[in-house]
Amino acid sequence: METSFALTGKGYVIIASDTTAARSIVKMKIDEDKVKALGPHLLMAHSGEPGDTLQFAEYVERNIRLYNIRHNYSLSPSAAASWVRRSLAESLRSRHPYSVNLLLGGYDVPAKEPHLYWIDYLGTMSEVPFGAHGYGSYFALSLLDRYHNPDASLEEGIATLKRCIDEVAKRLIVSPSKYTVKVVDKDGVREIEV
Amino acid sequence: MNTFASRFSSTSAGAELSKAKAIAMEDDDFSDASWGSEAGYGSLAKGVPTFSIPSVADPTAFLRLHTDDSSDPNCRIKIQHGTTTLAFRFKGGVIVAVDSRATAGSYVASGTVKKVIEINPYLLGTMAGGAADCQYWETYLGIHCRLHELRNRERISVSAASKYLSNLVYGYKGMGLSMGTMICGWDKTGPAIFYVDSDGTRLKGDLFSVGSGSTFAYGVLDQGYHWDLSDEEAQELGRRSIYAAGHRDAFSGNTCNLYHVKEDGWKFIGNYDVSKMHYEGPGDVPGSAGVAYGYDIRVEGRSSADS
Repeated sequence: METSFALTGKGYVIIASDTTAARSIVKMKIDEDKVKALGPHLLMAHSGEPGDTLQFAEYVERNIRLYNIRHNYSLSPSAAASWVRRSLAESLRSRHPYSVNLLLGGYDVPAKEPHLYWIDYLGTMSEVPFGAHGYGSYFALSLLDRYHNPDASLEEGIATLKRCIDEVAKRLIVSPSKYTVKVVDKDGVREIEV
Repeated sequence: MNTFASRFSSTSAGAELSKAKAIAMEDDDFSDASWGSEAGYGSLAKGVPTFSIPSVADPTAFLRLHTDDSSDPNCRIKIQHGTTTLAFRFKGGVIVAVDSRATAGSYVASGTVKKVIEINPYLLGTMAGGAADCQYWETYLGIHCRLHELRNRERISVSAASKYLSNLVYGYKGMGLSMGTMICGWDKTGPAIFYVDSDGTRLKGDLFSVGSGSTFAYGVLDQGYHWDLSDEEAQELGRRSIYAAGHRDAFSGNTCNLYHVKEDGWKFIGNYDVSKMHYEGPGDVPGSAGVAYGYDIRVEGRSSADS
């Protein structure tokens, strides 16, 4: 089942998402990247209704790029998250709402601060030190309550993320086999192996 | 001539009125045909074409009421659902194989359906789900691929063609479209396959199978697949996988249609009877071991008993 995690640490946010695209009981694809880079210092994991997820993610990506072109500077993580939340909230009352759950992480360069936002398809947004979506969240959230450290080094953060992945692999009956993991910090966005 | 004379021979108010009338009438002397292309609007001059929909408050719910087989087996319209289709990419191009059975509920409506839609000489689409939906929209996609070619003096990429279809069906999401299709072809980037369905999902990949028999096809396909398959081995794998689904899935079967896409476009390889493959094998075709596919025939004379 679809699962995504994210956590903050000293000057960075890590976002991880499983890589399966399933239809009914069949895995149609095992290497789908569901973590999108929305800008030089902004990442977004998306999950939910097939079709909606990618359409919404691409819509957000292009609008954020458009803001960049028009104003010649990037939207801050908090501003981007507010815009995304509002888009979802407006869509919720439309004839066909987007059913998309998001984890939006970014590094605020001027303030030298990482930020993580948990957003669901109803337009609920909350700034969090760590967050998760999907069945994996039932295992990961308690684990992160116990092990998360806000000023952890990147190595420590990755180790905590590994705990989440291992716990889900151990206890969830239909656990994902592979994850994409991306980090955003002062140097920008990059993918890492875990 | 009479009207022409009166137009210029008087200045009275009554004459002015009849003059205006005459001018208005004059326009009718020119038929629309004399304007050639109807001002460039073509058929749109008669209004934008629309689909006729049931005149009820909620057409989507109306359609679902009469077509949703899973919630009401007695529903009036049964849409073709059972199918097995597969496509995979390998070093020699793309193999596309499909079965040919059409079912309406438990009734086998046809055993000779063409489930591969030939969009153009370089693009193939497969058909699973609603037969009409797939046939109509993939033919429509073909029109737009041709227009792309004329506008850009370049063949459309498989990626662009599949995205066109995916964006199109996404626009109809939740309105009852039912299609699971693979858009396969060869473009500048080489062989390519995209899975597109009516949820709006679009996935790029090396190997896909769609339909009620897809799990059975995957079982054979995944185990026999690797990138360096020869052309003959690949064709045999496609055939064997469709046979497996035709044998195990009640809603798939009859015959298997096999296509091979290479750099110079697609080629139809052949049509193979599933029953014949079961009892005799696919016949004298490249890649075939000449053995029947049926389990009982394959293992005849062998025993697990200790002796």
